[in-house]
Amino acid sequence: MDPDTSPQKTVLFVLGCPQVPVQTSIALYLISRFKAAGITPIIAGNKAANTLLLVADPDRHYIGEIMDLDRAVAQITEKKRDFDRCFVFIHNDAGISYAATMAVISKARLYALVYGEHQEDLVGQITFPCTTIAAKAVHNPLPLKKAIDVVAPWAA
Amino acid sequence: MGCVEELNYEILMRDASFKECREYIKSHFSESIDVEPGFKIFDIHTIGVPPIAVGFDGDYVIFPYTKPCHGTFLLRVQDAVEAARLRALKKVQK
Repeated sequence: MDPDTSPQKTVLFVLGCPQVPVQTSIALYLISRFKAAGITPIIAGNKAANTLLLVADPDRHYIGEIMDLDRAVAQITEKKRDFDRCFVFIHNDAGISYAATMAVISKARLYALVYGEHQEDLVGQITFPCTTIAAKAVHNPLPLKKAIDVVAPWAA
Repeated sequence: MGCVEELNYEILMRDASFKECREYIKSHFSESIDVEPGFKIFDIHTIGVPPIAVGFDGDYVIFPYTKPCHGTFLLRVQDAVEAARLRALKKVQK
């Protein structure tokens, strides 16, 4: 399936384990930026990561469609759905695995968003084509926000 | 889409890296195949950095299963039918 069959552009956010605090903050920030650019955000995460976002946005000002991560992988793999852009949140080895998976199964333009204590090691493990945005951010989201703003992916 | 909890699995490694799982399979099992991410094993889409190694030990299938919060588990599941299906791919890969 071609990722861009409808006039409305889409961006998928693949959330990682929410144990690193900046994830929820940066996800809401990116959702806001992409919505302002007219690009529809879709969130895919596990129950904890999704619930953190839903509780932070009870009136759904930012969050639109939100789905289980396994379901998103299944839909893309089975060619039932794809997206124009895909951001994978990476702060551990599992994040690298999910990003590598998206690089194979999806036609979306892939962004690896790398953060946390081990961000340098993780960046070194990225061997697939993508745009990498990285910062050593754990509790303070501003270094990662700054790195994102330099790339301005919503305008690309 | 299947659920890993429906399988009668044994955990060989837990909280491992994808690289550790691949190396374990290659060094501990004489039979294995390489698959791409998204490939279905027991109706579950595999997650990982390609090539993803899947091992065989008789009727057992050994494969990685990744969770966002817990890294990658290396699972061993006995299923003669699935082992035969995957072994058939090995012949195709050669």
